[in-house]
Amino acid sequence: MKVEAKPDFQTSTAPKTGADLLIDLLINEGVDTLFGYPGGAVLPIYDAIYRARGTIKHVLFRHEQGSIHAAEGYARITGKPGVVIATSGPGATNLVTGITDAMMDSLPLVIFTGQVARGVIGTDAFQEADVMAITTPITKHNYQVQDIADLPRIVKEAFHIASTGRPGPVLIDIPKDISAGELFETPEEGTINLPGYQPTTKPNPLQIKKLADAISKSKKPVILAGAGILHGKASAELTAFAEKHKLPVVTTLLGLGTFPANNPLSLGMGGMHGTYAANMAMYESDLLINIGARFDDRLTGNLKHFSPNAKVAHIDIDPAEIGKNVPTNIPIVSDSKEALIELMNQTSESPENEEWLETLNKYKEEFPLWYKHDPNGMSPQWLIEAIHKVTNGDAVVTTDVGQHQMWAAQYYNFEKPHRWVTSGGLGTMGFGFPAAIGAQMASPGSTVVAIVGDAGFQMTLQELSIIYEQNLPVKIIIVNNGALGMVRQWQELLHGNRISESILQTQPDFVKLAEAYHIRGLKIESQEELITKLPEVFAYDGPVLMDCRVLQQEKVFPMIAPGKGIHEMIGVKPS
Amino acid sequence: MKRIISLTVQDRSGVLNRVTGLLQRRQFNISSISVGPTETEGISKMTLVVEVEDEQRLEQVTKQLNKQIDVLKVSDITDKAIVARELALIKVAGSSQLRSEINGIIDPFRALIIDVSKDSLTIQITGRPDKIDALIDLLRPYGIKEIARTGLTAFLRGHQPQVNELTTYSQIK
Repeated sequence: MKVEAKPDFQTSTAPKTGADLLIDLLINEGVDTLFGYPGGAVLPIYDAIYRARGTIKHVLFRHEQGSIHAAEGYARITGKPGVVIATSGPGATNLVTGITDAMMDSLPLVIFTGQVARGVIGTDAFQEADVMAITTPITKHNYQVQDIADLPRIVKEAFHIASTGRPGPVLIDIPKDISAGELFETPEEGTINLPGYQPTTKPNPLQIKKLADAISKSKKPVILAGAGILHGKASAELTAFAEKHKLPVVTTLLGLGTFPANNPLSLGMGGMHGTYAANMAMYESDLLINIGARFDDRLTGNLKHFSPNAKVAHIDIDPAEIGKNVPTNIPIVSDSKEALIELMNQTSESPENEEWLETLNKYKEEFPLWYKHDPNGMSPQWLIEAIHKVTNGDAVVTTDVGQHQMWAAQYYNFEKPHRWVTSGGLGTMGFGFPAAIGAQMASPGSTVVAIVGDAGFQMTLQELSIIYEQNLPVKIIIVNNGALGMVRQWQELLHGNRISESILQTQPDFVKLAEAYHIRGLKIESQEELITKLPEVFAYDGPVLMDCRVLQQEKVFPMIAPGKGIHEMIGVKPS
Repeated sequence: MKRIISLTVQDRSGVLNRVTGLLQRRQFNISSISVGPTETEGISKMTLVVEVEDEQRLEQVTKQLNKQIDVLKVSDITDKAIVARELALIKVAGSSQLRSEINGIIDPFRALIIDVSKDSLTIQITGRPDKIDALIDLLRPYGIKEIARTGLTAFLRGHQPQVNELTTYSQIK
């Protein structure tokens, strides 16, 4: 049943408050959706939202974590900051996981938290938490508003900081007496005053020339494409550049889709569960060109064995990333697009790398991704391939973290950018489903699939209310192996098969659960069933939850065990 | 190795927390930190003495500090020509009879006795940290009751000589 909120009284003609000013400022910034949850300290803001209804949309999530992951999904698809509102104390602390997730994966968010009134800050007042101290290390920047007159500047700066340079979350803590405070005069328009923040976006021409020369001289060049390509909207430039010089491309987990998976130069994803060809390309390379990736440990494996013979070039908008993990020969601080355009303008020769491409193609042919078909059940990898097929490879796919995430990364061959929404750096369970809600709101016309694990889904499933309420046709695919799959896999392979607390002994009836939230639910236990139901599910213009029972014992391969080098993959071939 | 890092920051609430929190998060050891206003209103100067393992870690800490929105400028001034000073207050056990003896010790350090009581004397000394360390060592036999040090503050000398051997100017090892 749907509950329509019908106000039975007229809008009061209360004087304008700090909160009204805030809503005006958000509308000025082009914000169309607020992801939020009310509470005591943000009541004045919700009053202003009430007064502004019709001009700005607010979506009421069922948990603050759901709202912030949705805002992350929205930000990942649109590139615009997702805007979150939560109350003080528990409202704010419930956001901490999402803020950290956005910080790790460089997603632009602007987060507003309520705070107790200025007069009682520091007295352990009801629902008071030191949100500034808690969020300082997990935000790109944060503010506490001390004067209504500062609000226009702070909001403007927050949006600027969140969405420029290396994007990230910015938090604004608003004491209740500021949002409730009456405005006797309209404050002046905010102007950005950030002398300490001037991101470099244009590459140094000498460094570009150096890289172009290194490419010409290289025999075994390889590009590593990261999420910086997404932020720079530089996929087309990357493809053109790679094709111009016949440079093979490895993508990171977050970089999937920045380079088409079906391009002959694509080696697929690198790292812990990357392809043999991708990892060996980085291992054997003599010139590694990192564009917008941060050499995460899940990509590099043991640093001692990572690209031991390569000259490393690193293009990144964040200078602190260059040289952080891997010594860099050619550092280029720049926006990815600007750097690629400059590289394209160079007249240097293409490298003589036919032999190298041949070797890599041999790796691709000899060691492709593999899995075994089991007549007794559904392989999760096959499930992903079936989803890829029915969605023509063009869906927006969101995931949590773990086995299902890796299978989705391996088998949903992303050909376009901005289709892949996953929790990479922080590896957050419960991310995928709410992120799918935000992605669907950002792109109403797209097919959005939340591929989630049975365990992760149970961390944020309360948001099922939202897809019904907002009539969002999100398709939820639970890759149900009745286990914390990746934990179980590590226990099996690395902890002497001691399966400690990683099997979910009881589970809810997911179909009934879906029905309880007024949406369609299906249980799929065999490949045949999936083949018949899948087209129907995707043709249906509404949300559907599919509980897909897959083989519990299945593992993600290839795999680089922790501490091992990138060339020491196991499970590269069927045993 | 110990490095002196000079930061110019916006004087905003939380800025000290940002800097120290960052150093803690990235596992850098702070030997000392001093903060104070500068000639420009709203701008403060921080002098950090940090313990770093190697050049790469040093570069990383400088870059991470630079990323802070409220940090305007970061420079590692260890190897530059700088003036660097610290102030220490040292309370030594002893009655006023000891005054002349103590005066004899502290005089070459250009330190002063700034407080005297029945059973203690307080000495103020300003200088480079190694000079302060040296005086503390000399005073130790008299029984040190309390020490308070401000931490190092420093900036570049008015004139930077052209040198090839920059390490000659290193203030602390």
